[in-house]
Amino acid sequence: MAALRYALLAGVMSAALASAAAAETFRWGSSRDIGSLDPYSYGDSFTINVMNHVYEGLVRYDRNLAIEPALATSWEVLSPTVWRFRLREGVSFHNGNPFTADDVIASLKRVSHADSPLKGNLPAYKAATRVDDFTVDVELNGAYPLLLNDLTNIHIFDAEWLAQHNAEVPTDIAKGIEGFATFNANGTGPFKVESRQPDAKTVFVVNPGWWDTPQHNLTRIEFTPVSSAATRVAALLSGEIDFTEDAPVQDLPRLAAAPNVKVLERTDLRTIFLMMNRRDELAEGGKNPLNDLRVRQAMQKAIDLELLRDRVMRGKSRAAGMIIAPEIPGYDAELDKLTPYDLDGAKALLAEAGYPDGFAFVFNCMSDGYVNEEQLCQAIASMWARIGIEPKLDIAPRPVQTPKRTGAKADVWTLGWATLPMLDSYSPLIQIIHSRDGNAGVFNWGDWSYPEIDALVQKASVELDRDKRLAMQTEALRIVGEEVIAIPLHQQPMSWAASAEVDEIPQFPDNKPRLWFVKK
Amino acid sequence: MIAFLIKRIANAMLVMLAVAFFAFMIFRFVGDPVEMMLNEQATQAERADLRAKLGLEDGFLVQFGRFVTNAAQGDFGISYRNQQEVIGLIAERFPATFELVIVATIISLAVGIPLGVVTAIRRGAWYSEALQFLSIIGVSLPSFVVGIVLILVFSVTLGLFPAFGRGETVQIGWWSTGLLTELGRAAILLPAVSLSLFQITLVMRLVRAEMLEVLRADFIKFARARGVPARIVHFRHALRNCLMPVVTMTAMQIGNLIAFALITETVFQWPGMGLLFIQAVTFVDIPVMAAYLCIVSFIFVALNTMVDIAYAVIDPRLRGANG
Repeated sequence: MAALRYALLAGVMSAALASAAAAETFRWGSSRDIGSLDPYSYGDSFTINVMNHVYEGLVRYDRNLAIEPALATSWEVLSPTVWRFRLREGVSFHNGNPFTADDVIASLKRVSHADSPLKGNLPAYKAATRVDDFTVDVELNGAYPLLLNDLTNIHIFDAEWLAQHNAEVPTDIAKGIEGFATFNANGTGPFKVESRQPDAKTVFVVNPGWWDTPQHNLTRIEFTPVSSAATRVAALLSGEIDFTEDAPVQDLPRLAAAPNVKVLERTDLRTIFLMMNRRDELAEGGKNPLNDLRVRQAMQKAIDLELLRDRVMRGKSRAAGMIIAPEIPGYDAELDKLTPYDLDGAKALLAEAGYPDGFAFVFNCMSDGYVNEEQLCQAIASMWARIGIEPKLDIAPRPVQTPKRTGAKADVWTLGWATLPMLDSYSPLIQIIHSRDGNAGVFNWGDWSYPEIDALVQKASVELDRDKRLAMQTEALRIVGEEVIAIPLHQQPMSWAASAEVDEIPQFPDNKPRLWFVKK
Repeated sequence: MIAFLIKRIANAMLVMLAVAFFAFMIFRFVGDPVEMMLNEQATQAERADLRAKLGLEDGFLVQFGRFVTNAAQGDFGISYRNQQEVIGLIAERFPATFELVIVATIISLAVGIPLGVVTAIRRGAWYSEALQFLSIIGVSLPSFVVGIVLILVFSVTLGLFPAFGRGETVQIGWWSTGLLTELGRAAILLPAVSLSLFQITLVMRLVRAEMLEVLRADFIKFARARGVPARIVHFRHALRNCLMPVVTMTAMQIGNLIAFALITETVFQWPGMGLLFIQAVTFVDIPVMAAYLCIVSFIFVALNTMVDIAYAVIDPRLRGANG
């Protein structure tokens, strides 16, 4: 009897020990792998997100997505084009090297190098100079209010380490030579890279020398891509992974019903809207009716946003009246009113514009772009058919569709914008709505031009007073709505799923897991 | 004989060139890699620059010529997505695919041969008919369905085997093996079974047909007449005589399995060459796609050429007219 009791006790104790040791390992089953360990290697925000556990920026987002000091402790604007950053002292990289001004300069140089796919992430950067070991002056092309927002995503490398391994410039794919930073990482962040096998497993271990007080209790992160959605769900149910940032919508009820899994749902910052060709001719020739405001209004009135939300998105999206989400600075609830569904009104407007019998145009959608995009486009196409216009649906994967969109081979297309990485309404205004001009209007694929908006955006781009700047941006967004430059649809849903053993995992509206806030 | 060899090898090289040519034709339709490589904030000018730098603006024949010249020197370039040398990426993944294919082949022989024998010697029995019928299902079920059903039953419900991955691997030189660890062996079972299902059916049907043929032969009748026990007649005398075509077919099918493993690899997140290829397609990683297609076609062509040469060595009639 005593022996049995000891055996039981030993069993319980070893189980307890095992769970104590295992509880701090967090197994993340992601829908895709990171491109490489080098966050400046590929224009991919997911890679930057994952590598943010290893590398940090001068500033970072806190739990509420507000900007807070990270490697910089304070900053001041010396002149509209020069910012001075005071750096945190006593921070060291994972290899033990101390963090100083030289590291900041080397990192900013590397990300803005001509070969860097991410140089667009820091558009205002001109030069950086060292004042002393812990002070850096950053010089800009012009006054730029969103520098801090951009800097949240500019990871700081160790200058000495880069020089030692000949990695001071980003890997140039055209030259066909591999880079050291692709396979090795050395940051200041809360986790260090232990090992990496592409497409199989990347292991991060906690950095005991992190400068900040950890809010997490993880000792190890095993990051495993599981690209098949069904397998990911199975792995979560069988307890082989603790978390996925991409739980398939159709499996959510099943996951929610499982006792060992919890589902986290909310709407994303990513707002989905339709953009239109505004050239003189349609993609397949003929006069372009989309240049008539009444036609655009008719097309907007013909879309039943609530039906789309309730049926296509299974009630999980948030119908939108603006092209930005409520969390984004520049948002105005007054402007976010849904355009009422009005079939007769739409038909009347079309007739008034001279198209009582409708017209045909190319409607370009992606098969792997946004949540339920194929069904969404099919539903919108059939709603439009009811007012007599004939959308020709063209659905294919993103890499096939994008050249058509940029090359004037589409008349209406879907676009999703989360305003990442800057989290400000300036992002869609400068990149989508502004006329095509150098760095502006990169996503102005339909060639529209509203000088009034351009003037507002230009003024906002150099306005350092936040309230004044946001007022200008809101005004520009009002014109976007009034002129129906875009037809807003919704903020799409995002769904994470985690094992019931995970105690705390904040779900951020930008759909980025930040595991330094996770408790298991 | 020498002339025959040269002819076969020249043929093989022509096939490889044709494969590379068709691969390049297809790449024109998979989309624009630059859209995936640069992030949202890059300007059109930056996109055009990168396209020009990667040589994507050149004509089709120029791109094809450059690829063939480099590939002939063993240089497949660098992956757009992973920024690693393509040849290294593929070498890193080859062991995973190869082990999977070998284990699947062993399973298919171990299960297929006995089933084939049973259905041949017990022709007409209800279980033989049932096995014949089941084998049709085995051929017609798509392998991703088989994979997911196996995962649901053995990982989720029974919790016996992992749902994905290679488990634990051991590095022996450049070769990584999962066969030496318990976790690795547990992980390979489900994908290997899923991959072997089609193969089992093939082996079983082939063995059955051959057995029926051999069982009618005179030496079997004599063996029976001498009173040799049925078990020995069937397994020692009959089965041996029908293994030749099974061995040939199995060798030829290895190329097939390597190529078709990509579906199984995707379902089980098996980090092999097929998964690499699928990822490359998603990200329009042209260097990886081109190299994968060339290497897989090389395996096919090499296996076929070796079989042809072996036949020619064995059977002089095949080279008589030409050589």
